[in-house]
Amino acid sequence: MNVLVPLPVVLPLLAAALSLAAYGRTTLQRAIGLVTMTATCAASATLLTLVIRDGPMSADLGGWGPSIGIVLVADLFAVVMLAVSSAMVLAVLVYAIGSPATGDSAALFHPVYLVLAAGVSASFLTGDLFNLFVAFEVMLSASYVLMTLGGRAEQVRSGMTYVVVSLLASTLFITAVALVYAATGTVNLAELAVRMPDLPPFVRDSLGLLLLVVFGIKAAIFPLFFWLPDSYPTAPTPVTAIFAGLLTKVGVYAIIRTQMLLFQSDGPSPLLLSIAGATMLVGVLGAIAQDDIKRILSFHIVSQIGYMILGLGLFTVAGLAASIFYIVHHIIVKTTLFLVGGIVEQATGTGALRRLSGVATRMPVTAVLFLVPALSLAGLPPFSGFVAKLGLVEAGLAEHRHVIIGVSLLVSLLTLFSMTKIWGGAFWGTADEAAFVNAAPNRSGAPALMIAPTAVLVAASLAVALAAGPLYGVAESAAESLIDAGAYVRLVTGP
Amino acid sequence: MIVVLALAVGGLYAAGAFLLLQRSLTRIILGIALLGHGANLLLLLAGGASGRAPIVDGSDQAVSDPLPQALALTAIVITFGLTAFLLALAYRSWLLRHDDEVEDDVEDRRIARLGRGKS
Repeated sequence: MNVLVPLPVVLPLLAAALSLAAYGRTTLQRAIGLVTMTATCAASATLLTLVIRDGPMSADLGGWGPSIGIVLVADLFAVVMLAVSSAMVLAVLVYAIGSPATGDSAALFHPVYLVLAAGVSASFLTGDLFNLFVAFEVMLSASYVLMTLGGRAEQVRSGMTYVVVSLLASTLFITAVALVYAATGTVNLAELAVRMPDLPPFVRDSLGLLLLVVFGIKAAIFPLFFWLPDSYPTAPTPVTAIFAGLLTKVGVYAIIRTQMLLFQSDGPSPLLLSIAGATMLVGVLGAIAQDDIKRILSFHIVSQIGYMILGLGLFTVAGLAASIFYIVHHIIVKTTLFLVGGIVEQATGTGALRRLSGVATRMPVTAVLFLVPALSLAGLPPFSGFVAKLGLVEAGLAEHRHVIIGVSLLVSLLTLFSMTKIWGGAFWGTADEAAFVNAAPNRSGAPALMIAPTAVLVAASLAVALAAGPLYGVAESAAESLIDAGAYVRLVTGP
Repeated sequence: MIVVLALAVGGLYAAGAFLLLQRSLTRIILGIALLGHGANLLLLLAGGASGRAPIVDGSDQAVSDPLPQALALTAIVITFGLTAFLLALAYRSWLLRHDDEVEDDVEDRRIARLGRGKS
């Protein structure tokens, strides 16, 4: 029982209520948001150090036992995700306050944003399938509001697709929970891990497939990704950035958690590996066809999800460690790229490559901030993406999965091509001063509050590359604890 | 009784899935609502046969399983809230466009036309 464990969920939720009470007073709402998210970051970071030092913790809320009460589990994988995600939420909040296009003076933006943060934290910490559903719903309801907050025709159109697809996934999730309960008599993940192997293989595989579809819709894996590139780009930039960085990764987290705990297979899973290959390839080909910065980046989210599923599909410690490292790298880099895309849009009023030119001449600082994460996304040394992809390739070769590794390398090359397309289209060329309608008169072309968090995130992604050794060690121990489902069960139910 | 309810669940899922595949927004929302009802009913059925109200009072009659009821209640509240949100969104869409049809992704259509034009 540790009082720290529920804090990353409780703090933002309480603050959301406070923020709602401060309805209409934007400055106060901003202060509440910043203070809360700083505290949440501190709590998550403390949890991370405690878990690394003393091993995983669990908390039975209200003192009820794990089989009837609500149980939160802070194992290494969960707290790593928690620490990275709360840092992203804080950075993007600063950016949102700095960016004039956010519309954060809308009285609902700050409360809903905090609810989103609480939902994301709860999804990582929960040790119960039904509470995972509730956490998803908290997070998704907040995301529906954030996506359509502007109320413009375009947002309503794409928001509708997003809401309907997500609701369908939620309905399937309830169905899955009901079937799991009917088959096993529990929804607690640790108890499920004990009872699942006793089920007939057919029932077990069906449940596994149903949950994979549910989380696959949220994670946007092939062939369930069509809603993502349509809906993400229309939201305000900070909203898109936080969705891109966190929401799909919560889906990936849920896939990894359930597959490892409940449906672990002995060797590489052909199904997951084929899904991974198709997701990578289709995502990147979609990106190449696009013309708008945010849409290109949205398709790359899909493509990158494939890499994470690839590591999971190998079902080895090396593969999982690479996946976890990849997720951390990806969250930081992807969020940064969207923030930079937002800066360009803010300065020029458009994200369409055919209308952009010469951003590097007019806004050199912004150009550097784009170049580093873009090269990292493609996996060029010495950036963090290179370390992540190297880990995946090594893990795949150790299992003799040459085809899928070949596909992943090809996709890296196409990613590089697609990034150079943005670079050539938007950043190179002659700068037409008339095009930079809203650009600030400095060398970055944007308010300092937009540049600062972006620069901090770029530095963070460089730090991930520099400290790759120790961080990879953490990812490896997280992977080892995931492989050993028994440890999770002992942690929750007691020795 | 359980067979009747199981059939009802199946019917709700079938009707919901059919409505969800329609082009009109109102039908899609009705489809989502039906699917939600089906899922909640399924959740309730997962508890097995019905029994006495689950109150511990010393009598040895079989009680019904309270957990799925609690889960279904939570799920009903969530489905209700989100359906209300969806209705508000659909109303907003109607105000903006005076049309109930779900539109294609505009940018996607544009890029598809580009591809056809070149070939």
